[in-house]
Amino acid sequence: MPPVIEVTSLHKRYGDKVAVDDVSFTVEQGEIFGILGPNGAGKTTTVECVEGLRTPDGGTVSVLGLDPLRDHLELTRRLGVQLQAGSLPESLRVGEALELYGSFYPDPADWRVLLDDLGLPAKATYAALSGGQKQRLSIALALIGNPDIAVLDELTTGLDPQARRDTWALIEGVRARGVTIVLVTHFMEEAERLCDRVALIDAGRVVLIDTPAGLADRAQVEQRMQFRPSRPLDDALLAGLPGVTGVTRRGEFVVVTGDDTVVNAVMAVLARNQITAERLRVEQAGLEAAFVQLTRKDPK
Amino acid sequence: MTGATWRLIAVEGKLALRDKVAPIWGVACPLVVLVILGSIPALREPITADLTIFDVYVPVLILFNIAILAMTALPTTLAGYRENGVLRRMRTTPVGPVRVLAAQLAANFAIALVAMALFLLVAALGFGVDPPRHPLGFAVAWLLATAALLSIGLLVTALVPSRAAATAIGTLLFFPMMFFAGLWVPIAQMPPLLQDISAYTPLGAGMAAFQDAYLGGFPSWPPLVILVAYAAVCAAVAVRWFRWE
Repeated sequence: MPPVIEVTSLHKRYGDKVAVDDVSFTVEQGEIFGILGPNGAGKTTTVECVEGLRTPDGGTVSVLGLDPLRDHLELTRRLGVQLQAGSLPESLRVGEALELYGSFYPDPADWRVLLDDLGLPAKATYAALSGGQKQRLSIALALIGNPDIAVLDELTTGLDPQARRDTWALIEGVRARGVTIVLVTHFMEEAERLCDRVALIDAGRVVLIDTPAGLADRAQVEQRMQFRPSRPLDDALLAGLPGVTGVTRRGEFVVVTGDDTVVNAVMAVLARNQITAERLRVEQAGLEAAFVQLTRKDPK
Repeated sequence: MTGATWRLIAVEGKLALRDKVAPIWGVACPLVVLVILGSIPALREPITADLTIFDVYVPVLILFNIAILAMTALPTTLAGYRENGVLRRMRTTPVGPVRVLAAQLAANFAIALVAMALFLLVAALGFGVDPPRHPLGFAVAWLLATAALLSIGLLVTALVPSRAAATAIGTLLFFPMMFFAGLWVPIAQMPPLLQDISAYTPLGAGMAAFQDAYLGGFPSWPPLVILVAYAAVCAAVAVRWFRWE
């Protein structure tokens, strides 16, 4: 099956400022594709070109075989968009909004079902909604037309942790219905939890495209383990191990850094010396660290 | 798709009524003024052969209603839509933002139509003011005045940078326009220079056309041509230079 979205050498500038320098990626049918990067990296401009809201200065964009600009009307029927700063009239009620926007599409979803799924109050006006409810309504509006693709920009920004988790569960449900999802985010945890593949964008360029786990691997971020030895321990025993890059003391705790082999190596040394590691804590190299590593301004 | 357009007009109308500017300032306020002026005996004395001051105020208040809707309600709402991203959101749907503009114009037109009928009815039933003697001429004058005012409102919306600026400029235009319609001083009592200026303002021209229709004739061409010119030029400029974001 051909990819549903194909972006090739996309270039977009605003005046002298280059927003997107050179971005290429493809999105396959049915996947959740993350576009990840720091603020100002060009993520939003990239998806705006996909949505046909901006005219690229260079490169090509094809969505469902359509040109987002030339075939804009057809595209709007099949691509649902959740805007980063998309709003509604203050005094419009939730039910009215969903019913109205549903009427724009040839084959809309049942707005009452969507309302229930998202736990939204039908009678409340937009102005009276909490941040989380507004966010969920804007997701509902992205899905009301029964789209083939949904583009979700900064999905959970401004939500509390519980609302964020609920929203993630919702998105997984949407994907289960066969909708391809493009997720723009700067939350690593979100990308790690939801995305099949992630494009990391920095300064208008694609740094790499990989699975979230692959991305963390590639960054080769150090692991960090911390424990309290049950008996006095000579730091030199650990510092000499292959893969270990540092051993430091923090009060009665020992902190060891190194690659992903250090945990096993250190535990083996401790076992040989009949020392147990009390209150052991290992910090995994998450996408967060990989992200910082990969988008660092002066890579070594 | 036509279903979507009607629904959009209905929703915009509902929102306009909820918003309070149109119902309170656009309809209730001139209606109250109408009732108060109608209750002052001095204003019911004839000033010409067959017109009282009150008779002259009925069309002034009809223009007041149109001006509030077109100069205050419309630009504030649409500039707010632009500022809050409502128009942007519409661009991502099959309906597009142009139809939101059209729906706003249609909704305000409908509210103005109902208000005009209401004012004429209250003036006739409550205070025995004769309806315009040339109904067709009056209808043409009203249509052109409404078209001219809505075009000017659209032009304000098209060019201002923000909702606050839309409200400020709309209000700033409203007062001199209403002055030249004779809200404070009837046009007939203005000095000649002001009368001449009034004839070229949209509401002054509207008032002249209304007067002709009230007195029994089809409005003379100059005010109608002036209204058509305002409607056409402002709409063309607004469409050409509309800021979508």
